[in-house]
Amino acid sequence: MSTADSDIAIRLRALGHAFAGRPALHALDADIRRGIITGLVGPDGAGKTTLLRLMAGLLKPDSGSLQVEGLDPVTAGDALRTQLGYMPQKFGLYEDLTVLENLTLYADLRGVTGAVREESFQRLLAFTDLARFTERLAGKLSGGMKQKLGLACTLLGSPRILLLDEPCVGVDPISRRELWRMVSSLADGGMAVLWSTSYLDEAELCGEVLLMHEGRLQYSGSPQALMDSMQGRSLLLQGIAGNRRQVLRRALRCPQVIDGALQGHAVRLVLRTAGELPDLASLDAGPDASLQAVKPRLEDAFIDLLGGGPGGDSPLAEHMPPARLPGGVDADAVIVAEQLTRRFGDFVATDHVNFRIRRGEIFGLLGPNGAGKSTTFKMMCGLLPVSSGAARVMGLDLKKSASQARQQIGYMAQKFALYSNLSVAQNLEFFSGIYGLSGVRQREAVADMVRVFALQPFLAMNAGELPLGFKQRLALACALMHQHRCCFWTNRRRGWTRSAAANSGAISTAWWTRASR
Amino acid sequence: MSISLRRLAALCRKESYQIVRDPSSILIAFVLPVLLLFIYGYGINLDANRVRLGIVQQDGGAEASRLVQTLQASPYIAASLSTSESAMRQQLQLGEVRGVVIVRSDFSARVRQGQGAATIQLLTDGAEPNTANFVASYMQGVFQLWLNQRQSGQPPAATLSVQPRYWFNPTTVSRNYLVPGSISVIMTIIGALLTSLVVAREWERGTMEALLSTPVTRAELLLSKIIPYYLLGMAAMSMCVLVATLVMGVPLRGSLWVLFVVTSLFLGSALGLGLLLSTTTRNQFIAAQFALTAAFLPAIMLSGFVFEIRSMPLAVQAVTYLIPARYFVSALQTLFQAGEIWPVLLINLLFLLLSAAFWLGLTAWRTPRRLDGN
Repeated sequence: MSTADSDIAIRLRALGHAFAGRPALHALDADIRRGIITGLVGPDGAGKTTLLRLMAGLLKPDSGSLQVEGLDPVTAGDALRTQLGYMPQKFGLYEDLTVLENLTLYADLRGVTGAVREESFQRLLAFTDLARFTERLAGKLSGGMKQKLGLACTLLGSPRILLLDEPCVGVDPISRRELWRMVSSLADGGMAVLWSTSYLDEAELCGEVLLMHEGRLQYSGSPQALMDSMQGRSLLLQGIAGNRRQVLRRALRCPQVIDGALQGHAVRLVLRTAGELPDLASLDAGPDASLQAVKPRLEDAFIDLLGGGPGGDSPLAEHMPPARLPGGVDADAVIVAEQLTRRFGDFVATDHVNFRIRRGEIFGLLGPNGAGKSTTFKMMCGLLPVSSGAARVMGLDLKKSASQARQQIGYMAQKFALYSNLSVAQNLEFFSGIYGLSGVRQREAVADMVRVFALQPFLAMNAGELPLGFKQRLALACALMHQHRCCFWTNRRRGWTRSAAANSGAISTAWWTRASR
Repeated sequence: MSISLRRLAALCRKESYQIVRDPSSILIAFVLPVLLLFIYGYGINLDANRVRLGIVQQDGGAEASRLVQTLQASPYIAASLSTSESAMRQQLQLGEVRGVVIVRSDFSARVRQGQGAATIQLLTDGAEPNTANFVASYMQGVFQLWLNQRQSGQPPAATLSVQPRYWFNPTTVSRNYLVPGSISVIMTIIGALLTSLVVAREWERGTMEALLSTPVTRAELLLSKIIPYYLLGMAAMSMCVLVATLVMGVPLRGSLWVLFVVTSLFLGSALGLGLLLSTTTRNQFIAAQFALTAAFLPAIMLSGFVFEIRSMPLAVQAVTYLIPARYFVSALQTLFQAGEIWPVLLINLLFLLLSAAFWLGLTAWRTPRRLDGN
């Protein structure tokens, strides 16, 4: 190994952990260096949080060894905690305390007093640009400001090691970039930073990455080296005539292709072996279609490490019968908003919004908080009366026949609307029940959803304890139980697992709103 | 287990901000106690009243009249007289009288006949067994009196007169013993219910994870929860004592410092139980449910505050020894009504001390330093 031992801040050897007999981490070996940001990358449920908690001495490992700054986090916890900053997923802030009170609390807890405290507060408040908000309650801060305050509290006492657990969840893109800049400068100063994320584009920026999947380490090293290994295997199929999703499905059936996704008007493909192209004619993408090599992404490499992406035929699509529109409904305008306006007193939440959504289209509604996405959504679902203009779903006016229109709509709310203290099986049973399924049909519908969304291992677990990605899957499964013709998703958070995104192609019309990306 | 005063003070300050800024904790600590004191002080009345009794007199004879007169003269009975049996039965059904005495038309004749041939009928409302028992025993007493008078042939001579004196509560105002008892219920709510929320809240909001990653120690964590809520409990106790003595006129015969010691020991148990529930469940809703069942209900039902422990079945009596509120109620009632009766107070203080040590010790043992237990 080329790196000097003194460069290594955290050392994992055959580190394993299990929860009640369920293995969460399988014999991990890795070294985490100082002076760079190391990305801890993987989908939900990969074991990222467990690993961070082990490092922070919050859990006791079941097997293997772990050394942080040369110390065992369990036996030498007291010594370690003065050198370690750990920011949990919810930032660990007291929402009923002000910014300054939060800082003061953590300064006292970390032993930062006197002149050092004054200096630290000034530096951190300037660094995080929170100086103007010191008297504001932490609960009243925006997501980005909470995250920065959380970081400031973590940085008190100048730790040598910084552990950040998904610091960018629920945070807008500008704040994400700011945080990245701050943490980069800390790493440049010699701090060891471990940044956990499920965004692969974020991971590409890290000095090194640990790629995790289902508790196993798939790769550790520089992201660039990993992307370089994919050279020549990432292609863009452009000039497509006809339905892009059909082309993608045909491409994914080719043995040469291991993964693919829609990208704007083109289709992005990843090849099994560089140079072995799929037969263009068999893709039936039209006469002008052409394949071009593009720069590989970390995502391509990750999918390759996992042995390929989901196949072209989504299990959900196989299960869901194709949505058929009743006669008289214009396939080019399944969902229509015309001059759609909603006022709350003097405040205009949506102002003359116009759009139409075709059959088979995924229509994204983008915008920052307060842009009017949710208001539009609620009007389209008949949950909020329209002030003026018209909202129509399959020709039904939401103003006049809201309940009829609602029967055609599957709706997945921002907060997932799952019963967190019921098990996965009980949630599925309940939602199939309220959609009027019973007996054999209910059992079949539940069994289908369990198979389609791979929920089998989680059936007995409470919905509240599921990893985020699986919560999403369960919520989608519950929303789709009725086989609607339209599907509405409102989802401000990220964490779209690829298979769920691929599955969405099956629904006649889906929508979602996202603040970022 | 080391304690840094700086960290402890910081945590206590944080806890106090949270108490002051949470309207529900102020409501539970200061508004609810006053409400409960007034409900128990004025709403509930266990004083013995005159029992409403109906008399059906079908016999106009001298013996019957004398019996009815004796009944009407009783200080415990409010009698209403009628000749119609069916009208009285209806009044009993409507609950307007609690019992009916029927004196049949042949009563005087049968009395004269002798050999116990005379009977009177007593109907009582068995739907309220307690009242029915009262009626029956009052009736018994009156009947005995009538017999005595009849045998001696004259009103009882003043050979013996009873001059009852009720010690400790001379006017037998039930408020004087209900209010001290209700203070124990109030302190249970403040001690156990409020604290059952506080540790669970840290788990639910994810702040516990952040706290545990700082150099904070187990003792600091525990004390930072106990001290602010102990002070809050003592403030509520002071308020209860002021309201009870100044507003409601309940006498306080014991000294304040003994009251202080008794309350402190009881709060030790209540806080310990609440924190233990909060620490082990890590869920505010479940912890509050448990606190209601494990602390609040026993404090009302098994503490002897309303329901006399000695009239409970033996098995239930045994359970009451485990309820700290039992000792607190006994100590409070003694302190308020009788003053410092040391044999009573000492035994209660001893048990309160044991109970506080038990619950706080258990909580300290269960307070984690990691996410996965100890």
